[in-house]
Amino acid sequence: MAKQSKPEKTPRGSGNGLSRRDFLKGTGAAVSAGVLVTEDLLRAQGQRTGPVVGPGPVPITLRINGQPRQLTVEPRTTLLDALRNHLDLTGAKKVCDRGTCGACTVHLDGRAIYACTMLAIDAARGQEITTIEGLAPPEQLHPVSAAFVEHDAQQCGFCTPGFVMAAVAYLRQNPNPTYEQVTHALGGNLCRCGTYMGVRHAVVEAAMRGKGGRS
Amino acid sequence: MAETPKPPAQATIEWPPAERRRLIGQRISRLDGPAKASGRAKYSYDVNRPGMLHAKLVFSTQARARITAIDTSVAEKMPGVRAIHLILQPGAEVRWVGQEILALAADTEEQARDAARAVQIRYEPLPHFVADVPPEQAGADRLQQLREQTEGDPEAGFQQADVILEGEYGCPVITHCCLEAHGQVTEWNEDNLTVWASTQNVSGLAPQFAQGLQAAGIPVQASQVRVLTPVMGGGFGSKFAADTWGVACAALARKAGRSVKLMLERDQELLAAGGRPSMYARVRVGAKRDGILTAWSSESWGTGGPSTAGTPNLPYVIGAARNPLLPKRSRHTAVFTDIGPARAWRAPNHPQMCLITMCALDDLAAKLQMDPLDFFLKNLQFTERPDVYREELLKAADLIGWRQKWRPREEALRAKGPVKRGLGLSLHTWGGRGHNSNCLVTLHPDGSVEVALGSQDLGTGTRTVIGIVAAETLGLPLEAVTVKIGSNEYPPSGASGGSTTVGGVSSSTRDAATNALNQLLAKVAPALGVPAEQLEAREGRIQVKDDPSRSLTWKQACARLGTTPITATGRTRAELISSGVGGVQMAEVSVDVETGIVRVEKMVAVQDCGLIMDLKTAESQCYGAMIMGICYALYEEKIMDALTGQCLNPDMEFYKLAGIGDIGELVVHMMTGPGYDERGVIGLGEPPVISPGAAISNAVANAIGVRVPYLPLTPDRVLAALEAKGGAV
Repeated sequence: MAKQSKPEKTPRGSGNGLSRRDFLKGTGAAVSAGVLVTEDLLRAQGQRTGPVVGPGPVPITLRINGQPRQLTVEPRTTLLDALRNHLDLTGAKKVCDRGTCGACTVHLDGRAIYACTMLAIDAARGQEITTIEGLAPPEQLHPVSAAFVEHDAQQCGFCTPGFVMAAVAYLRQNPNPTYEQVTHALGGNLCRCGTYMGVRHAVVEAAMRGKGGRS
Repeated sequence: MAETPKPPAQATIEWPPAERRRLIGQRISRLDGPAKASGRAKYSYDVNRPGMLHAKLVFSTQARARITAIDTSVAEKMPGVRAIHLILQPGAEVRWVGQEILALAADTEEQARDAARAVQIRYEPLPHFVADVPPEQAGADRLQQLREQTEGDPEAGFQQADVILEGEYGCPVITHCCLEAHGQVTEWNEDNLTVWASTQNVSGLAPQFAQGLQAAGIPVQASQVRVLTPVMGGGFGSKFAADTWGVACAALARKAGRSVKLMLERDQELLAAGGRPSMYARVRVGAKRDGILTAWSSESWGTGGPSTAGTPNLPYVIGAARNPLLPKRSRHTAVFTDIGPARAWRAPNHPQMCLITMCALDDLAAKLQMDPLDFFLKNLQFTERPDVYREELLKAADLIGWRQKWRPREEALRAKGPVKRGLGLSLHTWGGRGHNSNCLVTLHPDGSVEVALGSQDLGTGTRTVIGIVAAETLGLPLEAVTVKIGSNEYPPSGASGGSTTVGGVSSSTRDAATNALNQLLAKVAPALGVPAEQLEAREGRIQVKDDPSRSLTWKQACARLGTTPITATGRTRAELISSGVGGVQMAEVSVDVETGIVRVEKMVAVQDCGLIMDLKTAESQCYGAMIMGICYALYEEKIMDALTGQCLNPDMEFYKLAGIGDIGELVVHMMTGPGYDERGVIGLGEPPVISPGAAISNAVANAIGVRVPYLPLTPDRVLAALEAKGGAV
């Protein structure tokens, strides 16, 4: 899934533990100061940083579902808000808006992330973003989505796209999981209607059909 | 064109007999499943309109205060701000942290958030009271006694008792925490308003918007308000109203001349848009040595914030029968607090009443040294459905292995190692019936079929049930029917509350589809050479009863309509529905007596609900309800700080819900067949969410030998109960 030709890659590893947005929220400082402080902080952690941008809206390009998408966002705009408010990609849902519930899960270079805890400008470094809209061609269902329908792994459905995205990313890592492993792997998503029984069955069945990992 | 012959009059209608049902009662996937699981379903939160503004609320930071000034001068001048709408005026009193004061709209969500922060509200603080405490710890002006009732002679009953149990039980305020926050998108087209609302009340919202807007000086009639809710992200009883934010959103759109989206942020959602009242009780209950109950008395209280939030009727299920009457006395006092107002939460009052009753009875069984299964079986004559509960108790016991696994409390605690296991059970009940529903069925000349109702699907499967009933009635496959719900332009259907939706929509759809079919049969009868009464719709054909050789395909039959479709209406039909279910749940838990952590290992739900329409979504209701029950049994609590009046956990990190790893193994058994099916349709949304708290609490008591009196059963409470008992051994 990850393209070798990408000029820039997402920083991986422990650096991702720091959510820039949480830091911004926490400071309550003016946005421009927040961005500068954040960049300083990242520099201090030894991470590479991009050019200082903002505080006003900046043009960026996001690679979403295989297409470059140009938009203009404030540097503080999250990837989730960029998708939902600027690109009308509303499959990723806004629920907790602070990295707890997983309803906004998308893929960044094939890896599941919470779109509410990443800034859009940080996702604009050439990474491949996949939203649930990009999982399957229009009018078709991804096998994991189809398994969710078959096992009624959804009620109101508001958490469902996040679960599907988390499950698809997980099945790429582990194409033959047990129920216990699925239960562990999907611990980062919350449902209020109580669809977890269906989710377990759906993900294991999608895996058994051997199609779960492919999009 | 020849005049359409009159369809045969039909006094009563019925469900098809078991051997004729092709769809009803089968396991059918929900119709909107593909749209939801692919992210294509558009919720209100997902509606983006051209030029749409984003709105944010400014809410009270004080639990109780008078607003002395609202200064929007800075906010007004901020970039992108287009309109401000005051919900409260200076001089008004705020009654809880999170109460809506004003709303403003700006070009972007970020700008709206900035401007909301820049609004200055000045308060004159007033004394507040947010503590969830017994009446004697609250001021007299904070109390209202709602009930004092005696039936039979409880004093005599207690004198006859060989054993009397006294205990205190209860559960705190919890919230709804709908994943799709409350809110809507509003858009004006001249004097007509369109609202994409996340609501349980599509057909009932327009008058509320009209009334609210008129009060805000915007003249609009209910007939000018269109409400759309094709899908919605959870309600659980909290989404019946237009709410101040709905009216504010429409007012902002009017002022700005642009469409406006206003969805609550998560903190507001938890502070102001949901709440289940707390309930606590001091209980006294007596029984003879053989376990037969002799008397009950309880003094209960609870808070629903600034409102009374309903009156419990204790004891619950056991003791509800009129004959034999369990002598009983109960008193309930509402305690008013300055927290967000309660809203109906799935099975209002029942989970709380169930917890108090079933835990007290379980403790009494322990005091009698009886197996609670035997004890409950012995007292079923005090319920309104002894036969149903007996059957369900025995089935549940079988499914969880009660007879093999159950040990008395002391014995369970003597098990080796720090992790102890226990079993608990609970019974519940709910009403049902059907709300007023109107349905319009249209049969088009090309054979296509539309069913339209002003109802909504909260995720319960309403849309699918409507399709099943229409297709079954018309002898068509499910795919042949287009179900249209989620708009108040369709015939009005009641709000989805109290498990009344399935009764309403299934019977109105059966009625309308039957009426439409009768018109069609009358139309094609001459072609088949028999009276319409001798025709039936089966497997995609209109045929002479029991003679499929004389038939028309559905398409051929509809083609005889020429250019005019058949339309037929239907309404809620009492003969197709019923009210009153039982339900039994059993839980097996493990408790680590060193850490206090409780895990649900297994839960069994045995549930009746009359004639089941869709077994798959019915089971989902039960699974979901058990999981919601595990959430409130183990994790959920709206924590208020008495000193500051603030809620300490208005977010999803600290307002905890169960994750997929917290639920153990769940088993659902639906009671179907003779004895159940002929009752007709009964709602299922509420019943299975009632028992989990009690069943889990009883299982924990069984595991550790002592009652943890209050939910949620958090480690600190478990350890405190063990300490009070003198340790784990």
